Amino acid sequence: MSPSHFVALAVILFVIGAVGVLVRRNAMVIFMCVELMLNAVNLAFVAFARQQGNLDGQVIAFFVMVVAAAEVVVGLAILMTIFRARRSASVDEANLLKY
Amino acid sequence: MTGSLAGAAGAAPAAAHAVARAVAAPVTALPAVGVQRAAWLLLAFPMAGAAILLLGGRRTNRWGHLVGVAMPLAAFCYGVVAFIAMLGYPANQRSRVLTLFTWIHVARFDVPVGLQLDQLSICFVLLTTGVGSLIHIFAVGYMSHDPERRRFFGYMNLFVASMLLLVLADNYLVLYVGWEGVGLASYLLIGFWQYKPAAAVAAKKAFVVNRIGDAGFSVAIMLMFAVFGSVTFAGVFGQAGKAGQGVVTALGLLLLLGACGKSAQLPLQSWLLDAMEGPTPVSALIHAATMVTAGVYLIVRSGPIFDLSSNARLLVTIVGAATLLFGALISCAKDDIKKALAGSTMSQIGYMMLGAGLGPPGYPFAIALLLAHGFFKAGLFLGAGSIKHEMNDEVDMRRLGGLRTVMPITFVTFFTCYLAIIGVPPFSGFFAKDTIIDAAFGKGGTSGAILGTAALIGAGLTAFYMTRVMYMTFAGERRWDPHAHPHEVPPIMTSPMILLAIGAVVWGGYEILGDRLAHFLGPVTGFVPPEPAIFSAAGIAALVLVAAGIALGWAMYGRRPVPAVAPAAGFPVTAARRELYGDAFDEAVFMRPGQWLTRLSVYFDNRGVDGLVNTLAATVGGTSGRLRRVQTGFVRSYALSMFVGAVLLVGGALLLVRI
Repeated sequence: MSPSHFVALAVILFVIGAVGVLVRRNAMVIFMCVELMLNAVNLAFVAFARQQGNLDGQVIAFFVMVVAAAEVVVGLAILMTIFRARRSASVDEANLLKY
Repeated sequence: MTGSLAGAAGAAPAAAHAVARAVAAPVTALPAVGVQRAAWLLLAFPMAGAAILLLGGRRTNRWGHLVGVAMPLAAFCYGVVAFIAMLGYPANQRSRVLTLFTWIHVARFDVPVGLQLDQLSICFVLLTTGVGSLIHIFAVGYMSHDPERRRFFGYMNLFVASMLLLVLADNYLVLYVGWEGVGLASYLLIGFWQYKPAAAVAAKKAFVVNRIGDAGFSVAIMLMFAVFGSVTFAGVFGQAGKAGQGVVTALGLLLLLGACGKSAQLPLQSWLLDAMEGPTPVSALIHAATMVTAGVYLIVRSGPIFDLSSNARLLVTIVGAATLLFGALISCAKDDIKKALAGSTMSQIGYMMLGAGLGPPGYPFAIALLLAHGFFKAGLFLGAGSIKHEMNDEVDMRRLGGLRTVMPITFVTFFTCYLAIIGVPPFSGFFAKDTIIDAAFGKGGTSGAILGTAALIGAGLTAFYMTRVMYMTFAGERRWDPHAHPHEVPPIMTSPMILLAIGAVVWGGYEILGDRLAHFLGPVTGFVPPEPAIFSAAGIAALVLVAAGIALGWAMYGRRPVPAVAPAAGFPVTAARRELYGDAFDEAVFMRPGQWLTRLSVYFDNRGVDGLVNTLAATVGGTSGRLRRVQTGFVRSYALSMFVGAVLLVGGALLLVRI
């Protein structure tokens, strides 16, 4: 399998994630879609690293994982708080910060 | 001022006059000693009167007028004492200065508040306090029915105090304080009946017109400070000779502008006739004892400056000659007795300015006419006041007439003053005015001939309009309002008129005996006249013209009945009735363009400056108001915009790389 297949898969995953972020209302699902996009990018990085024959892309993938882990911790905490306050995880209802 | 300075500068115009030159030794002001050390009393009395009456409020209503009369009288008594003390000194030591305190002291610039008692200022002190006191006494009767009589006397005292400060100051800055005080007091008094719109407008007009002159005077003071570093008379006159011709001429013209404002000379004459809206004693005070004489005083006092600039001096004579004809022409057609007298004042002050503009040969005569005018014009105005008082405020001479038998004392005093003003010998006006006409012809050259002729014509016109006033008021049939029941006014009003009439006569006798005033003023004006010829050629010509004027006045107003309504008249009479279109001119040339200018400025400010700023602000505000709608609060729409942005960025970057 050539790296282009991996890149194509990564693009497919990224688009699925992006569409999910845009169309879903549930914050939890949006969150998972964000993770999907991150992992799609990770896949692309690793694929390109393989193609180039160096480790840069793999190192960046590790960085992305660390950042994603930290983001999950903070993001889930916010999500919990919003759910406790509003009894709902819909992002459309948490719209007070506006004009 | 030094004698050599005056001699050098006065020589040119006086050459044709063949006069004995000034012999005065250099005059430096000595410190005041003895009784003159109390000269501050002159200011303190009327100022105290004004303070008591204006600050005391209603509780001084009952006796306020007594204080108001006593204070100028006390000042007059002290003035007489100081005058006698002055006569005790030799002629060249009569100029005394009493320095009260230092007002401004900055580095090398000093403004002491000092009172200068010399021959010139004592003349004004005696005139202001003497005639002023008589007018105050008259006003006690005239204003007896006015509920605000106390306030009136407060303002009158303020007027006298300001005028005394003006004439006693030993530097221009303190003189300016008095100058402005006179302007303020005149504003308050002209608008004393401020509930009448005409009076309020007249007061405002007097103040505004005076401001123009005051601005000129204040610039002159600034110029003195800039050039000489001093504003005292001694400092300025001492260094005037070293200054350039341009500076001296500018100073002269600016001082003339100031004098024109206060003395109602062309082109700042318009306020004087409107000022008749004030109570009649105010008119008498403004026209005889204070205000309008201030301009003449300023010119004479600043003689050393004018001596150095023949151009400035020529302009003074031109202003004087033009105004004396202007005022006389207006007087010939006015039916309002007070306005006829006001035009006459303008004309007489024109004579004084003409005299003052002639330089040292004219100064003593200008002052002589000023003092004589103080007596007879005050007498005339008080006469007009008592007529107005008895005739239910009627001032239209076409509704008067036949008052000779009804008010005999008023008639006799008025008639005496009439003889004095038209210049019938031996009354004061003859000597004072004819010497000015003589001096004008004596100036020599074309300008002298023109000025002299103007003064001669003025003498004829004076006789005509005053004869007209006499006939329309005191002779002929009674054209009164049927409700008027005039009687002679009470003694408190007649006695000042009698005293003033006596003054108008006696002052003539005083003048005739060897030019006493000119000799007395010699050390200040730097001029001692030769033995006067009582009947010079010009004097005889003036007498002929006066006789012609009287005859014309009789033919027009004595021989035939005066119509009770002013008949329609041709152009010259209409022009004179409308004050020779002075107001129309001011309105067309200054007021309307000024209004256009202000409207234009307001429009430019509203639409231009404000418009630019407001448009900018409205654009920013409107745009941001619309833009903020983008912040919907929906996270997913933010996410979409982020995606679109990212796609655009990446797409753009890719395109760039491809190209």
